[in-house]
Amino acid sequence: MNLEKVIFAFFIVLALTINFGFFIGDIDNPVHHNVYELYAALVISLIATVLKFGDRTHIGAVLLATSLVADVQLIIAVVIWGVVEHVTHTGMTPHVMAAIVSLSGGALLANITSVVLFVIETAMMRR
Amino acid sequence: MNNILFVFLRRLHVPLIVLISVYAMSILGFVLIPGVDDEGNPWRMDFFHAFYFVSYMGTTIGFGEIPYEFTGAQRMWATFSIYATVISWLYAIGYLLTIIQDPAFRTLLTERAFRRNVRRISEPFYLICGYGDTGNFLVRALSEAGIHAVVVEIDQNRVNQLDLAGYRTFVPGLCADASIPENLVKAGLQYYNCAGVVALTNEDAVNLKIAITSKLLNPGLRTIARAETHDVEKNIASFGTDHIINPFDTFAGRLALALHSPGMYLLYEWMTSVPHEPLREPVFPPTGRWILCGYGRFGKAVHERLKAEGIATTVIEATPERTGTPSDGVVVGRGTEADTLHEADIQHAVGLVAGTDDDANNLSIVMTARGLNPDLFTVLRQNSRANDMIFNAVQSDLIMQRGSIIAHKIFAIITTPLLANFLRLARRHDDDWANELISRIGGITGDEAPHVWMLTLNEAIAPAVHTMLEAGESLDIQNLTTDPHEYSKQLPLIVLLIQRDGDEAEQEILLPSAQEPLQSGDRLLLCGRDGIQASVEWLVANLNVLEYVLTGEDRPAGLIWRRWSRSREQADEA
Repeated sequence: MNLEKVIFAFFIVLALTINFGFFIGDIDNPVHHNVYELYAALVISLIATVLKFGDRTHIGAVLLATSLVADVQLIIAVVIWGVVEHVTHTGMTPHVMAAIVSLSGGALLANITSVVLFVIETAMMRR
Repeated sequence: MNNILFVFLRRLHVPLIVLISVYAMSILGFVLIPGVDDEGNPWRMDFFHAFYFVSYMGTTIGFGEIPYEFTGAQRMWATFSIYATVISWLYAIGYLLTIIQDPAFRTLLTERAFRRNVRRISEPFYLICGYGDTGNFLVRALSEAGIHAVVVEIDQNRVNQLDLAGYRTFVPGLCADASIPENLVKAGLQYYNCAGVVALTNEDAVNLKIAITSKLLNPGLRTIARAETHDVEKNIASFGTDHIINPFDTFAGRLALALHSPGMYLLYEWMTSVPHEPLREPVFPPTGRWILCGYGRFGKAVHERLKAEGIATTVIEATPERTGTPSDGVVVGRGTEADTLHEADIQHAVGLVAGTDDDANNLSIVMTARGLNPDLFTVLRQNSRANDMIFNAVQSDLIMQRGSIIAHKIFAIITTPLLANFLRLARRHDDDWANELISRIGGITGDEAPHVWMLTLNEAIAPAVHTMLEAGESLDIQNLTTDPHEYSKQLPLIVLLIQRDGDEAEQEILLPSAQEPLQSGDRLLLCGRDGIQASVEWLVANLNVLEYVLTGEDRPAGLIWRRWSRSREQADEA
């Protein structure tokens, strides 16, 4: 057992699950989407990204790329949330909620790709 | 580039994760802890404000409680967060500094800089392996001649010297083991503009490996290797290394040359000199019995040569059981004390060669011997260039500096390949011939050693000459050596050799006469004062200059002017 692999797998799967938890529900209903979950998704995703730093293999590079995509999507979602709450003072509307959730959906897809790649890599390693 | 970034990021894992976690925890704390707004209502900080607050708190740029005064619980959490964030920042920055100062990381950085510097060289360059006495001398000579060099040397101190040497061209240096092929590749072995590899390390095995590596990885490359034993010499020669230099043989050969034909020796010295070297004075070694101190590899080579020249020698050697003894006996001792020298009959000897591998002993031998016999002609072997000052002070008749002799030879091979042909032909003549040539050369050069260079009469280098010869006109050496500023004068230069592709074999003309006709494609070896080369190159490349030299008339170059002058000429004739 490789501790590094365990930690990495933990974070990458956690990023996916939390992201999924935020994503699930009606797309435009703010009640279904918890701000804490979005926050946790972003933090975990950032940590997962850092964990991929320095992996020189090809698959490592792709994992880093997918993770960066997830980060970008989540950061945009968070910024939009902050802007509507505190800058424009329009409050959370179903329209904005739909935009945020769809962004997190994109991040979710990137996270799924990460996990799939990770599973493939693990399966290829016959040790 | 990628390499460094990856190493950097990999090492930053822990501090980055610590930073993210501490920030995440602090922000979450502020969001969760209830506060009170300015009207006394319960209020909760949202993520945006929490992020804002933690951001400026963590960097401690300023402080204030926003958007409302904090409650006790919030202040408690703020206190905790301040310490946590500041510590994690200190930790991260400290870690960063450690990485940058880490020797392994610095090696990566310097290596990267070296590779970039090598890549930036756009002109042909020579890869010099080993930066000892010989390498040092060679690199200086090359840079004076404007030829680029890249150095691979295993000793970091010597690589550091490279930066301080102040060469005219930029010489990148890598501290690495040249016997590892990867290091040679890093130094540009496979680049299109790598002109050759010179293996000058102290170990024959390493030089052999360098030669093999360069022949395998870049077969077209010119390879020059140093080999101290005949075994390795043959080995290196077996796979087509272009030039193999045995320092002892070369050294002994020069010494023998100096002893039996000083004129030829001086010619060799002058021809293979490096730019801006002072002109060497001729030496006149006496004939008679010589004493040779030291019978190591150098001593053996010298002894053999002297014997071949018919010079009687008495050998002094401290450890004959290790070095073996010559057939005509040996005087046991170091030669540094009077007893041994008396035993070797110093009073009746005419010359002495101090040829041990210890500079201090050699100096001591010469000084002791001079005390016993002041008329002695002394030849001093100098092993290390660091001892230049004391060797000059002792004023020996001839100082043989190994590193410099080899470096001169390699420099000549690199810059003027035709010179070897000239010297080979020259050796067929006697010393009087050499003396005559020396006085001719001495007449045209000043205090500095003559500049020797090659000129090929082809379309690329000498378009004017090429065009004229192709058109069927005839040119001779005299035309080529005319002063392009004043056609009645001759430039102070001597054509040493013409090499041309004949019908069957290569044709070589040594010291052609002034009336020798030129052919297109001729390769010329010229010798003259420094700076003359530019005049000759101007002459052979510019048709107008060439016509001026031939006719003495400064003809107009433009079409209209030419037509006008022609019609005026016709009018004159009419």
